[in-house]
Amino acid sequence: MSVVATLAAGLPAATGDGAVAPVTADFSNDTWWIWLIKAVAIIVFLLTSVLIAIWFERKVVARMQVRPGPNVHGPFGLLQSLADAMKLLLKEDVTVKAADKLVYVLAPMIAVFCSLLTFAVIPLGPMVSMFGVRTPLQLTDFPVAVLYILACASVGVYGIVLGGWSSNSTYPLLGGVRSTAQVISYELAMGLSLVSVFILAGSMSTSQIVDSQTQIWWFLPLLPAFLIYVVSMVGETNRLPFDLPEAEGELVGGYTTEYSSMKFAWFFLAEYINMLNVSAVATTLFLGGWRAPWPISWINDGMFNEGYWPVLWFLAKLWFFMFVFVWIRGSVLRFRYDQFMKLGWKVLIPAALVWVVCVAVVQGVRQFSHLDLRTLLFVLAGVAAVFVVVSLLIPARKEPPRRRRSGPEVIDPFAGGYPVPPLPGQALPPSPRKRLADATPTNDPGTTPELTQEVHGG
Amino acid sequence: MSAIATLAQLPAVLPAADLAGGTTSTGEAALFWVLAPVMVLAALGLLFARKAVHAALAVVLVMISLAFLYVAQGAIFLGIVQVVVYTGAVMMLFLFVLMLVGVDQSDSLVETIRGQRWIGALAGLGLAVVLAGVVGTAVYGPPTGIDAANADSNPVGVARVIFQDYVFAMEVVGALLVTAALGALVLTHRQRLTPRVGQRERADARVAAQAVLTPLPAPGVYARHNAMDVPALGPDGRPLEHSVPRVLRVRGQEADAREYAARIDRVLAGGAANEPLRDERPHAPVDPLETPPPQAGGDASTVSGGHSEQAEADR
Repeated sequence: MSVVATLAAGLPAATGDGAVAPVTADFSNDTWWIWLIKAVAIIVFLLTSVLIAIWFERKVVARMQVRPGPNVHGPFGLLQSLADAMKLLLKEDVTVKAADKLVYVLAPMIAVFCSLLTFAVIPLGPMVSMFGVRTPLQLTDFPVAVLYILACASVGVYGIVLGGWSSNSTYPLLGGVRSTAQVISYELAMGLSLVSVFILAGSMSTSQIVDSQTQIWWFLPLLPAFLIYVVSMVGETNRLPFDLPEAEGELVGGYTTEYSSMKFAWFFLAEYINMLNVSAVATTLFLGGWRAPWPISWINDGMFNEGYWPVLWFLAKLWFFMFVFVWIRGSVLRFRYDQFMKLGWKVLIPAALVWVVCVAVVQGVRQFSHLDLRTLLFVLAGVAAVFVVVSLLIPARKEPPRRRRSGPEVIDPFAGGYPVPPLPGQALPPSPRKRLADATPTNDPGTTPELTQEVHGG
Repeated sequence: MSAIATLAQLPAVLPAADLAGGTTSTGEAALFWVLAPVMVLAALGLLFARKAVHAALAVVLVMISLAFLYVAQGAIFLGIVQVVVYTGAVMMLFLFVLMLVGVDQSDSLVETIRGQRWIGALAGLGLAVVLAGVVGTAVYGPPTGIDAANADSNPVGVARVIFQDYVFAMEVVGALLVTAALGALVLTHRQRLTPRVGQRERADARVAAQAVLTPLPAPGVYARHNAMDVPALGPDGRPLEHSVPRVLRVRGQEADAREYAARIDRVLAGGAANEPLRDERPHAPVDPLETPPPQAGGDASTVSGGHSEQAEADR
């Protein structure tokens, strides 16, 4: 109930009622050199973040597996990823003879290029003063910025798919096919989970969505959508437990099998930048973007929500999601392909659809009946409570009456054509030879023939 | 006749709409003159590409260029959704099927149905005439300009048009699409005549057949030599024939495990592995050019010991 009360307090102020400006961030003061600074800063940020992310992942996974991880090059092994990058640069660049040359070279470029586009619309902070110019910490924004992110992601997958096809080899092709199916199914769930944010925020522009989370971050009222997004973002970036396109146990290296040197490095780079991208989207749409977390946001009249401070909160949230990626990789096993598809189509997409309909109905009732949100939420809570009570009254389905046995069940170990040992609660039939032995009189009258059955377990 | 007449009217209609819409900025014009040739070339590529995937890529190029033009003209929502829906989902589905064709395959230009080309050309001409008729007779309202259309943001404007002005047409198209999808489902549905053989059924069948349930032992396991052709040794020390790849067994190129054990014993005893050179290589590579036929095997056996005998067995 307290959650409902907080929601009721937070929502009315947070959600706009229809007429909203298309984009909150004000780019009117920007000059060409401001754009240049921002664009270069984003590229540099992404590339260095990838180097750090590789080190971070190896180090954290190592800690989870109780080993030190990279610790030779530089302090804490920080220069390890730099060394790896140099190694990849200097390796021989093999172009497979049977490959479709043009597409083979184009594929890694598509992957990297598209992954670099997303951060253009991610707000890293509010209005700041940059060399005397008041400008938002964001390269650009437009009314459909989040759709633009989805578009970049969906074109980026062409890199993987085409890389798998053009290598003209079995395993890469399988990786490419898997990737296609994966993208189609998980992008649907991802898009649907974002729709509920659009409905509540009343906009698809990233700065507007961050602005709408002043009172409450959307991950709380939209928890189901948030969870669906987190699952599908792991699927979208081909990370464990969903890394089926490059499953090394099944497909050698999947779509990267025939790639070497820098072309392979580009795929690698694209994967890590994509991790950063989806983490940034999750931060922006569900965790309040650059806004300071609750107790800090109150300090000194919101001092930490102004200037360059918000970059810190943004990065903290971003790296929280990166840690979640590594954490999942360190603890969950890879899915089987049919399980993975079943999860996508039979769980995530229906759940996301139902949730979107629920959010749309609540928002529609609010807008068209001018009902107070607090009353509406109380009514919904009442309906839910009635539902729970009614479901308690419905008698649970009776379990099929279990045959009470006095002793352990005697099984035929050869029923399946192959000798099997008895399970707990089962016993083998008495051996025919033993019966034979019992029938013949024993030489020693002192020992009684052993008649107890061999019982395993309970 | 009337269709051709409307076709002639077409150029007269379009510039009029253009003039009323407003002026084109330099940037937009530059973008158009860069993208338009690219799009035309890509569209021609779709027609003339020999590989299906190349044709699909040409379509992707056209779609993305078109999206750029939409965005440049102020239809941001349309441009982005074009990429998300058509490039990201529809074309990806096409590619999914096309990829399975393989890189080395390309279209054959053999007519599978007689007169196919003429029928195709005729149908294409008919489509062009119909399209020209529809476009030519369409009535354009007075353009309001992009600023008025995007007054409360582009997506809201598009939503007004789709879900308010044309909501009925929208619903009808939706119903049509659902019907088509349902039809595809029904047409491709196949009644299962035999029970489905899944993983579990396969496992049961394997158990019932008393097959080896574990993975086969790798060659050389427990043996004292790990070459592909040396059988593994079981716990009882006997060589396991089925550990050697089937191909080698069929060709008779399987090595004698006992021989390898003997070699290692000789080394451990301080001698050389190949001490008795006579028949050390029980499975020398069989080259039909070098191995003499069996009836002429006399002099060959003097050269390589028991070699020819083994070579015969290998065949």
